[in-house]
Amino acid sequence: MREVSVIGVGKTRFGAFPDRNLLSLAVEAGQKCLENGNIAPAQVDAFFLGNFAAPSFVGQNHLAPYVSSALGIRGVPATRVEAACASGGSAVYHAWAGVASGIYDTVLVVGVEKMTSQTTARVAEILASAGDCSGEIKAGATFPSLFAMIARRHMHQYGTTREQLAAVAVKNHANGALNPDAHMRKVVSLEQALAGKPVADPLTLYDCSLISDGAAAVVLAPTERARDLVQKPVRVCGIAQASDYLALDQKPDITSFPAVCAAARKAFAMAELTPDDIQFAEVHDCFTIAEIIALEDLGFVPRGEGGPVSASGATARDGVRPINPSGGLKAKGHPVGATGVAQVCDVVNQIRCQAGEMQLKRHSLGLTQNLGGSGGTSVVTFLGEI
Amino acid sequence: MTGTIYTETVVYSPPEAFASEAPYQIAIVTLDDGGRMTSRILGERVSIDDRVELAESRDGVPFFRKIA
Repeated sequence: MREVSVIGVGKTRFGAFPDRNLLSLAVEAGQKCLENGNIAPAQVDAFFLGNFAAPSFVGQNHLAPYVSSALGIRGVPATRVEAACASGGSAVYHAWAGVASGIYDTVLVVGVEKMTSQTTARVAEILASAGDCSGEIKAGATFPSLFAMIARRHMHQYGTTREQLAAVAVKNHANGALNPDAHMRKVVSLEQALAGKPVADPLTLYDCSLISDGAAAVVLAPTERARDLVQKPVRVCGIAQASDYLALDQKPDITSFPAVCAAARKAFAMAELTPDDIQFAEVHDCFTIAEIIALEDLGFVPRGEGGPVSASGATARDGVRPINPSGGLKAKGHPVGATGVAQVCDVVNQIRCQAGEMQLKRHSLGLTQNLGGSGGTSVVTFLGEI
Repeated sequence: MTGTIYTETVVYSPPEAFASEAPYQIAIVTLDDGGRMTSRILGERVSIDDRVELAESRDGVPFFRKIA
């Protein structure tokens, strides 16, 4: 197996863009990425597209060649990857596998979602299709309500509080205010976060990530070639994808995501690292409770300690281990299919010391954790300096 | 059929198909006979560890209510 590096990254701004369609977002991210990686479209051996629900959101299918041909990439395999909110991470994983195995030399990954042309109620319905439609969704569950039930149980088992959930939102909004590409650049106080409109008890509007449009792209190549192509390639030290039940009622304990634990275990083993080695992370805070559980599932803190640690300041950008310095899904935005790819872009920018106002002091080894649905898929990636 | 509430929430922001019913409570019930079920709650709101019984089934969706 060959070692793989990220040689280029590119992103659009995240937000609500009524005058932009899916294709223009995907092409902007893809072109910026190829330029950043010093790669011509004709050099791309394969194309992977991370997208959750373009057929429902914008009525377009057969999406991968639709995007790749618009980028001037023709004649090579172009494949769409769908794994709910982990579609982007999964596309990166499959691109990595193609390069690591020696099948491809240069692979472009674009993640994209165009969500804001639908009403909030319709978006809720489309997102809910990532749950078990024969059980929980039929009973009226939405994604916020699935994570609300997870939060309730976490509070019951570990004493996690509303204030600890709100602290995650406050911290991620503070980080997002420094991110010029974030959907929401607004500082939020603890009082505001606690007084949010209820969405599904105990979660309020401030516990939920945003409905966004946006795209992100990365280009991967074998590390041995990467140094000749760009000044600062970033090594994929470890990467793994894992899966689990979709339905919460099938899981023995809903306060942890076994797919995240399994992906983290495999990726740590591949990288020969331990949680203590990781300096910062972009984790999947689709809801505030998800960031708290991610800290536990990734092994950064013991079970039940995710809440207190989040309220302690240890995860802030000046804390011991900054979490979501980009603002996370909460403030940066969550164009579903783009998210897992954007997380990789954000960590690469930190490692290359190109994160602008968001730049962290310790930035040589970072992690991304992408979660699909309520835990059916997870992808964990470690990125480091070469 | 009886069981115990494993977790619950009240949905205020429903998908289109459930808009007329919000706010409504859903819960995961641990059944006395084993297994869990995602269910709707009828009548009084329930909390974790409350005892519930199956009141009815509508189109395959179980509706539980609190045992007084």
